[in-house]
Amino acid sequence: MSTITGHSELDAEPSGDKASTGRRGDRIFGGLATGSGIFVVVLVIAVGGFLLSQAVPALLKNDANFLFDRVWEVNDSGMRFGIPDLLYVTVVSSLMAMIIAVPIAVLVALFLTQYAPKRLASPAAYLVDLLAAVPSIVYGIWGFYVFRPYTTGFQDWLAEHFGWTVLLEGPVSLGTVFLASIVLAIMILPIITAISREVFAQTPSTHKEGALALGATRWEMIRTAVIPFGTPGVISASMLGLGRALGETVAVMIIVGTNPGIFRFSLFAGGETFASKIANNSAEFGSSSKVGAFIAAGLMLFILTFLVNAAARVIIERRKAFSE
Amino acid sequence: MSTLTQDTVSPAPASPIDKPNTMRAVKDKLATVAVYTAFLIAVIPLVWILYTVISKGAGALLNPEWWTNSQRGITARTVGGGAYHAIIGTLIQAAITAVIAVPIGVFTAIYLVEYGRGKLARAVSFMVDILTGVPSIVAALFIYTLWVTTFGFERVAFAVCLALVLLMIPVVVRSTEEMLKLVPNELREASYALGVPKWKTIMKVVLPTAFSGIVTGVLLGLARVMGETAPLLILGPPSKAINMNPFEGFMAALPTMINGERDQVVQAAYDRYWGAALTLIILVMALNIAGRLISRFNKVSR
Amino acid sequence: MKLPKHVALTSVALAGALALTACGSDNNSGEGDTGSDTGSSVSGTLNGEGSSAQKNAIDEAIASFSANNPDATVNYNATGSGDGVKNFIAKQVDFAGSDSALKDEAVDGVVETDQAAERCAGNPAWNLPLVAGPIAIAYNLPGVEGLTLDPTVLSEVMLGKIKNWNDPKIAALNEGVELPSTAISVFFRSDESGTTDNFQKYLSGSAPEAWTAEPSKVWPGTAGEGRTKSDGVAQGVKNVEGGITYVEWSYATDNQLGVAQIDNGAGAVELTGESAGKALAAAEVAGEGNDLKLSLDYATKEAGTYPIVMVTYEIVCSKGLDADKTTLVKSFLKHFASDETQGTLEEAGFAPIPAEIATKVNTAIDAIS
Repeated sequence: MSTITGHSELDAEPSGDKASTGRRGDRIFGGLATGSGIFVVVLVIAVGGFLLSQAVPALLKNDANFLFDRVWEVNDSGMRFGIPDLLYVTVVSSLMAMIIAVPIAVLVALFLTQYAPKRLASPAAYLVDLLAAVPSIVYGIWGFYVFRPYTTGFQDWLAEHFGWTVLLEGPVSLGTVFLASIVLAIMILPIITAISREVFAQTPSTHKEGALALGATRWEMIRTAVIPFGTPGVISASMLGLGRALGETVAVMIIVGTNPGIFRFSLFAGGETFASKIANNSAEFGSSSKVGAFIAAGLMLFILTFLVNAAARVIIERRKAFSE
Repeated sequence: MSTLTQDTVSPAPASPIDKPNTMRAVKDKLATVAVYTAFLIAVIPLVWILYTVISKGAGALLNPEWWTNSQRGITARTVGGGAYHAIIGTLIQAAITAVIAVPIGVFTAIYLVEYGRGKLARAVSFMVDILTGVPSIVAALFIYTLWVTTFGFERVAFAVCLALVLLMIPVVVRSTEEMLKLVPNELREASYALGVPKWKTIMKVVLPTAFSGIVTGVLLGLARVMGETAPLLILGPPSKAINMNPFEGFMAALPTMINGERDQVVQAAYDRYWGAALTLIILVMALNIAGRLISRFNKVSR
Repeated sequence: MKLPKHVALTSVALAGALALTACGSDNNSGEGDTGSDTGSSVSGTLNGEGSSAQKNAIDEAIASFSANNPDATVNYNATGSGDGVKNFIAKQVDFAGSDSALKDEAVDGVVETDQAAERCAGNPAWNLPLVAGPIAIAYNLPGVEGLTLDPTVLSEVMLGKIKNWNDPKIAALNEGVELPSTAISVFFRSDESGTTDNFQKYLSGSAPEAWTAEPSKVWPGTAGEGRTKSDGVAQGVKNVEGGITYVEWSYATDNQLGVAQIDNGAGAVELTGESAGKALAAAEVAGEGNDLKLSLDYATKEAGTYPIVMVTYEIVCSKGLDADKTTLVKSFLKHFASDETQGTLEEAGFAPIPAEIATKVNTAIDAIS
């Protein structure tokens, strides 16, 4: 550090002004950066505090077990609500979406960075980026009005042949969790692809060339150099995608039908996620205790996505420790 | 494929060393096929959605009134009017959101990468993670209680922007952070070694190097918030007339225009909501292209 | 070196935005000059929110009102009755549209009418019935036209107790009609809705032993599939053979769905503007003075009366808005209540409010100050 200071004094010789600008600039700039960081902290605490302060009174009034009772009766006269059904649909639809989207996204990212001819790579990447430019409400109306009719045959077939598994049991509803999962997968595909692509592209060419020089095929080079380098990035990208799938509101609300009282574990049933439950009822938030019940559901969603993110973070940190 | 099979069959008995080699070649080919197929699968929905939206929505856009008129005085059953009010509303809201969210997001990322050490940095990073998980509808409810219940203001476009800012900040922070981390430390050290102050190093060396990546992140964030419907449902009641004041009155936006007409089955409304969907996609695409041009110019000047 | 290019791009974008700004127009009435409607035109902005059931009706009224008053803008945000009332009380909007009148008993420790009075600076808020519409029982059974149902069978169908269309109970009401054995798929509103509330009020009012649930905005049944908004349930029925739902009339006709006849005890009644109008004509005013809360006789056995109707109220302050808003509210409501406007509503699937009630509504509007 002292040598650096020495240099700057040397530089400052022609005009003493310059160095002081640097120091003042540093203080202002650093202050702005730190201030922004603190602002974000305060913001999240405010959101969290608000969620808790709204959820707690409703939870205290709740006559049912919030975590285990499968009811949702929120009336002005009395409140009995629990979240297991919401939790199930939220997690299952998002996991299904991940199972579909992550492998495709990683392969697409590899295509864009390692396979596609140079001239094609950037327009092709742009095409995939465009998927992110499609708003969720458009995914919703496309998924339900245009895409759904093409999936009914496949869904019926699955229900007929694999109906013995609880997950694929018939009969097939109109707006199913299965359909929502496919649409969610398409929605999170560009997010996962874009970040994976950026990370893969940053693989040091020395690693790649090293692998190739040792006689590795292109796939072996990717497996030994590109993928290990990109794994933390892919994981964080997947988690961002999962977060979006868990919290996606409007598309799920438009696509999936609801079926209170006749809950089925099948992907071919309807159901409500945390977010679509809130959205379906947001127009009628009459009294504060009623809103509280939905905020409590929102809080659970919040905690869920947080756990996912935290897990991702742990994985990334451990990876880093290995690679360094 | 046939040549491939021949390859695997003929040299196999010749030498034991060749066998793993051909297996490796097959694997390599399979990987290539899988990768190309995946790309095709990824492109199908895009083409399909674009085809749907264009074929159903282009009719509305071809009418010049679409770009100059509002929906004032038009009912779901009558043909006519335009989306001007909603286009301008969406642009205004996106601009305000970006103006607030991008500086906060970029500075937070700079803090995390360049300044942050110790407990505060960990807290900030942790909070950004939490913010990533805030569903849009909860962000909207938070702003609702803040803006309406606590302060007693009316629901206006600016309140929508505040909710959108909450959603955009983590996207900008994470993408910027990722890009700043990829800037080689050698560049920073070289700059310090030349006696350039830290803030100037960040402004002149680090940020320009990461610029295209940051722009991509900002655009992804904008694409997300421009299409968000949930905050508009709670905080941004739609209007059929033009309103350019974000602090007073109801302001239209394209997502609410789609959502409002989606409820209708008559042809006039059907054409209009697909038209609005196409317009929204075109707007986001235009932003994307602009972003790409900026990053290209930036590369040239480097 | 890169800055000028940024600046250039930004200024191009700005110029584009300005060009767009300069040419926007709110005038959709065609000929440019629209001030032909005497000198009584008003100006300003009026915001309303609430019931989605009346959306198509109030949109008609707003359209013709804006054509007559080029400087006035009326916005109506169809989010649902509950939200409309909530935002009216919170002073977010100038009037609310609601499928049920303001409640005068305590809910959650607060009384809606008291809260509304507080919002109106101490003056009561009035419920003014301005839109009336029948709720259709829409079904999808190719080849079956003019299906007849009575409240008891309808209740059992909607609760999932009757599972197939050729059930003897349905067949008994439809002699001579060939009913398929298709399974019945019930669609209901998954969002809280005034339509759900009114439909249940009808069922529990006309078949209390078959429909035991307390009417509310939430659907209590456990059979079938819930979908959001009127369009959602109508689309559901349209897509599933054997589907049935309750929905505002216009959605049934727009989707070309079959509409069931209702037999309340005096023979099957087809849903028409006239038969629904009869049920409304029999409605009685339950409110006091200018508060025109109506009560409907759902169990009516009057011949030729279609009994499943709902009324949407505009809820306004009787006093207490500032002068400009008051003028605008009165002018708009007058226009809404006029025979001319009410006459245009039938095409959109509504029934005109009966003359007797219309007169009372007009008196009430005049009394707003």
